[in-house]
Formats: sequence, C-alpha cells, structure tokens
Amino acid sequence: MAMVLSEEQALLQQTAREFIDENSPVSALRQLRDSAAPAGFDRGLWEQMVELGWSGVTLPEELGGMALGWLELAVLFEECGRTLTAHPLLSTVALAGECVARGGSDAQKQEQLGPVAAGKRLLALALQEGAHHDPLQVATTAQVHSDGYRLHGTKTQVLDGHVADELLVVARSSGEPGERDGLSLLLVDPATPGVRVTRSAMIDGRNSATVELESVDVSGGCLVGKVGRGADVLEPALDRATAVLCAEMLGTMTAAFEKTIEYLKTREQFGVAIGSFQGLKHRAAQMFVELELSRSIVLDALSALDQGSDRAPQLVSCAKARCNDTIFLIGNEAVQMHGGIGVTDEEDIGLYLKRARVVQFTLGNSAYHRDRFARLEGY
Amino acid sequence: MSDIEHFRSETRDWLEANCPAAMRGPLGSTDDLEWGGRGAQGRTDDSKRWLDAMGERGWICPDWPAEYGGAGLDPEHARVLSDELRRIQARQPLLSFGIAMLSPVLMEFGNEEQKRRFLPDIASGRIAWCQGYSEPGAGSDLASLQTRAEDRGDHYLVNGQKIWTSYADKSDWIFCLVRTEPDAKKHDGISFLLFDMQSPGVTVSPIQLISGRSPFCQTFFQDVEVPKDQLIGPRGGGWTIAKRLLQHERAMISSLSGVGTSSPSANRSGSIEIARKYCGERDGKIADPIARDRLTQIRMDEYSFSATLRRAGEEAKVGIPPGPASSIFKLYGTELNQRRHEIIVEMMGTQALGWEGEGFSETELQETREWLRSKGNSIEGGTSEIQLNVIAKRVLGLPD
Repeated sequence: MAMVLSEEQALLQQTAREFIDENSPVSALRQLRDSAAPAGFDRGLWEQMVELGWSGVTLPEELGGMALGWLELAVLFEECGRTLTAHPLLSTVALAGECVARGGSDAQKQEQLGPVAAGKRLLALALQEGAHHDPLQVATTAQVHSDGYRLHGTKTQVLDGHVADELLVVARSSGEPGERDGLSLLLVDPATPGVRVTRSAMIDGRNSATVELESVDVSGGCLVGKVGRGADVLEPALDRATAVLCAEMLGTMTAAFEKTIEYLKTREQFGVAIGSFQGLKHRAAQMFVELELSRSIVLDALSALDQGSDRAPQLVSCAKARCNDTIFLIGNEAVQMHGGIGVTDEEDIGLYLKRARVVQFTLGNSAYHRDRFARLEGY
Repeated sequence: MSDIEHFRSETRDWLEANCPAAMRGPLGSTDDLEWGGRGAQGRTDDSKRWLDAMGERGWICPDWPAEYGGAGLDPEHARVLSDELRRIQARQPLLSFGIAMLSPVLMEFGNEEQKRRFLPDIASGRIAWCQGYSEPGAGSDLASLQTRAEDRGDHYLVNGQKIWTSYADKSDWIFCLVRTEPDAKKHDGISFLLFDMQSPGVTVSPIQLISGRSPFCQTFFQDVEVPKDQLIGPRGGGWTIAKRLLQHERAMISSLSGVGTSSPSANRSGSIEIARKYCGERDGKIADPIARDRLTQIRMDEYSFSATLRRAGEEAKVGIPPGPASSIFKLYGTELNQRRHEIIVEMMGTQALGWEGEGFSETELQETREWLRSKGNSIEGGTSEIQLNVIAKRVLGLPD
C-alpha cells in the first residue's frame, strides 16, 4: 500500500500549502471568530477553493469533479488543518455529498452534486442525536405518509447545518435505535414547514446546528438509496469522511507540535532554553513518536479506502481513535509547555486546543471507535 | 521459461529436498532458534542440517557477494527466494548477532582483508558472535567504558570486564569496545576490536534473570592477547563504529519484539484467544469490557506500529533518509511488547502467577516467563530514556 505521497500528490500538497499560507493563516480564523462570521467559514476563501477544484476532488468528471482519490482530498484537509482553516468540505463533500454520490439516483446526483462541485450548493448531514456520535442510535422517525415520508425528531451537531442549502437526514423507517436495519436517508430542504434550524457557535469559532423536525413532509423522490438500507450508504461515506478528518487532525497536531518545539528552543528560564530540560525533552520526544504512528495509520487507512480493501473500516477506526488520543495529548501538552502565555487568548496555541476537542468528538470519540474496531475484528 | 521462473522452480525443488519438515512452521520460542557457531544452543539435527544447507548455498545472506559468503542474488532473485521460504513456512535458519549487528559495520568500516576473513563465517553461521559493550560502570553512559587495550608492539593486551554480554557463554568470538587511548577525551579513546572467546584470559559467568533464564553474562578479560589486524577502523575511532552498530542493534530488537514465535501472545489473534479463555465471552464479545477496550488499544497500536515500519521501508526505497528512525522503533517496539505481556498476564489472572510444576499449563508458564523477560526490553540496547534523548536531540534538535 502506498505510504509515501506520489510526485503528483506531493505537488498538490505544496500548492495547497502555499495557497493556505497566503490566504488563510491562523489569524484568518481569529478574525472569523471575532467578527462572528455568520457562515462559520470565509465564503470568499471557499470560492477560491472551488476555483482550485477542491470541491470536486472526489466527484466524478461528468458532475464537474476530478475523480481523484481520498488520499488527494486528505492532502487538502491536512493543509487546512495546519492553520485551522474552516471550510465546508467535510459537511458538503465528504459526508452528505458522498452519501448522495453512493446512494443517489442520477437525477439526485445531477441536482445536488453538480452544484456542489461548482461551489453553488452546500449540504449537511443530519445524523447525530444526543451528545455522542453513534450512527445507528437514530430515533428520528420517517413514517410513510401519502406518497412520501413524514419526519419527526431532533438532530444535533449538524456541521454547517445553519448554512446548508439541503439537509440529508438520517431517519428510522423501521426498527429500534441501535439497529442497523431500518435507516433511511432523506433529502430535506431546510425551508420545508416544520424544519427548525438553530445555529450554535462552538469553541473552535465554527458553527454547527440543531435541526428539529416536526411533522416534516417530504416526497418519495427525496429518498437517497433504498428504504431501510441507509446504513449501506452511510457507513462507507462515514469511513471516508472520518479518514479525511483524521488527515486534518494530522495537520493540526503537527502544527501545534512544531509551534511547541519552537517555543521550547526559544523560551529561556534559568538562563537556558527550556527545551534543554530533560523533563520537557522526553515529553516532546513521546509526542513525536505518537505523531509519527498517527501519520502512518492515517496513510494506511486512506490507501485501504482508495484500493477498496475490505479491511478499510477497521483501519479507519484505528486511525480515528489514535488521532483522537494523539491530538488530546499534543493539544494539552502544547498549552502546558507554553506556560502562562499558553492560556491567554492572544497566543494561538489555545485555538489549537479548542479545535482539538471539537475534532476529537466529531465522527466518533476513541471509545466509540475502539468498540467498533473490536466488533469488526470479531471480539 | 524465463530466468526468474526457472530460478523459482529450481529454488522450490531445492527447498523441498533440503528444508527438513521440523524446520517448517512457527517456532516454539526464540530459544528454539539455531544460533550457529561451535556451540549447540537451540540445536537439533534438523536445525544443523538446515543451517548447513542454507549456509553452503549462500542463502542465509543471499544478497551478499559470493566472496563474502553470500549468493550474490539481485533484489528480484532474493525476493523469489524469500517468497519461496515463506510459502513453505521455513524457519529462519540462523539467529545471528554477527549478521544483524557486526556485518553491516564490517562492510562499512572493515578493510578488504577483514571482510574476506570474517564475513563468510558470519554468513554461514560457522562462528557465533557476542557483543562486548556494557560494563558495570558504563551502562547508558557507554562511552565511559574502562576495559583497556594496551599496545604491546605486535598485539593488544586486553584487561577489564564486560556485563550484559548476551549469550557470551555460547559464543565463539566477541566484538568488543576497548579503551586504547586512556588520556584522550572519553569518546576519542575507544577502539573496536574482534577476538576469539577461547583466547587465554577470557572467562564468562552467566547472570540469572528474574525470568529464571540466563541470556546474559559477565565477561572478564585478564591479559588477553589480541593480534593487531583484528582492530576494525582506525585506532581511537571506535565510537563512530559503536554508534552505528547500535542503530543496527535497535533495528534488530524492534523487529524481534514478540514476532516469530508461536507463544499465544506473540501473534495478534493469540491475545484474543487468551482473553476469551480467561475473561469469558458474552454475545460474541470479550465479557470484560475494560479488558476488551485495553486489548483493543494495544492492537490498534500494533497496527500503527507495523504501518510505521512499512512506511519507513517505503520511504527508504524512494530515497528519504531513515534518520534516527531506529530509536523510534526500538523505543516503541519494546514498550509495546511489554504492554502486550502486561495485559496477557492481567487477563490470565492467577493462572499467570505460576513458576513451575503442577497447576499451570506449559503455555501459562511460558507466558509468565516471557512477561518477566520483556522487562529487559526497554533497558537492553539502550534504555527507553536514552532513546528519548536521541529523538529529542537528533530529530527535534532540542538543545543540550
């Protein structure tokens, strides 16, 4: 499996890094937060990303995409992660977009994904209920009603849900929460009567939404994939979205780590650089090792996805659990090693800590992914 | 038939005829490995036959040039050989410190005469080597070693003591760090010397470990005469060689961490079987949710570690320099191995508390001994703390 970037991928990485460094340094996120930007990301920057083709990396050519692999998209996520750049690629392309790409009819793909590639449409996946990601724990119902479905329920942590042009709602058409069978995916226009979208500002300067669905009627044509078989579409899409989120985490923790090492080399106490103290050196070296292992398993998971390996789901869970634990370690250590300045708003490292916790809980915490891994491995 | 297909079929026939049935399939433990040399460690008739057959053909080190005891195979032919060996689950014919540690530095620092003299006996397993590094006063601070080698005209006279010499009691020759320049700065006065363990004045005494086994020895040198042509590299230039050899040693230790034996904990599914057996099962899951979660953490780390080894291999292939990667592997591989043994022992509960005799199965006793043995993993070959120092300095560039 490819664990080293090809020449083309390395070039893509370099181009992306130059673009992000120039157009979206960490100060851009700070500005976004301080101005309480309504979208939670910079629409002008998003337009530039679309021009570069980022919205269509994984989409087929006939829809205006580039039909590249998930490793290529991951390269972009990693670069965005380095400077904490906010963008709607996760919600629109990797989550909801990928579900439509996998399960949607030709008409749905044309209607939804063509405009996504062109940067004219934002999508959001309304999946989570309650405080934790657990995709089968869906209580929201989709009852058959005249020629369509009637939806009831409340969705939380809907990334970019407050700006999405279309919501993809995961609802239960049969069965009980926790069961794999009985999930159905439905496209819902947020303007439909009975839909209430509430924006919530998060610690990382971004937004998610709570989506309440009260007797929301949608037509049968809104169903994506087969009724009751939504998990078949959802699970592979979640694996891909999780893998690119892991790549973003790599970027974020690498940057936080490098910033911290730089600080250890320049901050002086007792007349010497604090990085000369063994109490800090060993902790820095431990972080480096964890970071290297994280990078390897993320690359392994992405290669497995691109090669269609049946072990990809395990590897994705392995990658997410490890990235969660490593970003937790590095985020906390980075703040501690920065000392007093590390807990001030003025210093950027705190922004990394806040983002660390958000990505850690997004698409599954470590306990969730360890349980899933064990289940997939049959114990 | 192309040359490579011809080679494959010829290799297959030869292996069929020459690899004894007992030399196929996984090992009982690393103690069952053939160590070569004059001694008989791990030796059976079959292991000796397998060693000699492979050695004679130059297939123990197939990619080495023929004049150094290899078969001069190019990468493509070497890969075919290793595929065919794997296909019949052939055991490694030899576990050799000479191959893993000494040969790469001989290739790099030895003169042509020394290479032709020493490498063929390493490649065939005729001579077993041990490592004379640590001393009672020089553990992590290896460069403070005090064993003296005095210039006596046509030979060096060696006096001093080594400790933690692995399998010194079963080895034929030693590669040994000695101080030739007592007045130089500590890193500049060290030389790298090879000599026969049967030389007059060499005595060896095994050290019993907490596992009950004695893989390490104390080694004493009293007026040992060593011919001058057995000095490798420049006199006083031994520290550079010593450090390079340590990189190879660390790579060997991390690759040996718990792989290649049939003890249940040594393979991935083995720890699951142990969990099922000792913690029970409910609805297809390990019944103890905490044990299941901790076991998963370790398995995930095993996945990540093996992905890292593969990534380093691929990076090396495209010319990205390995750097001090061996320190990461040594550190993580050994600590992971220890964590694996710890959870096995915890899951086995009181069945892991047996020392010998009735009440405990052979496997249980073996797991317990291996857990105790693993305590040395993060100490031998440079402690974990030394590896962290190396990473902080060489990789991260943190100041002294």
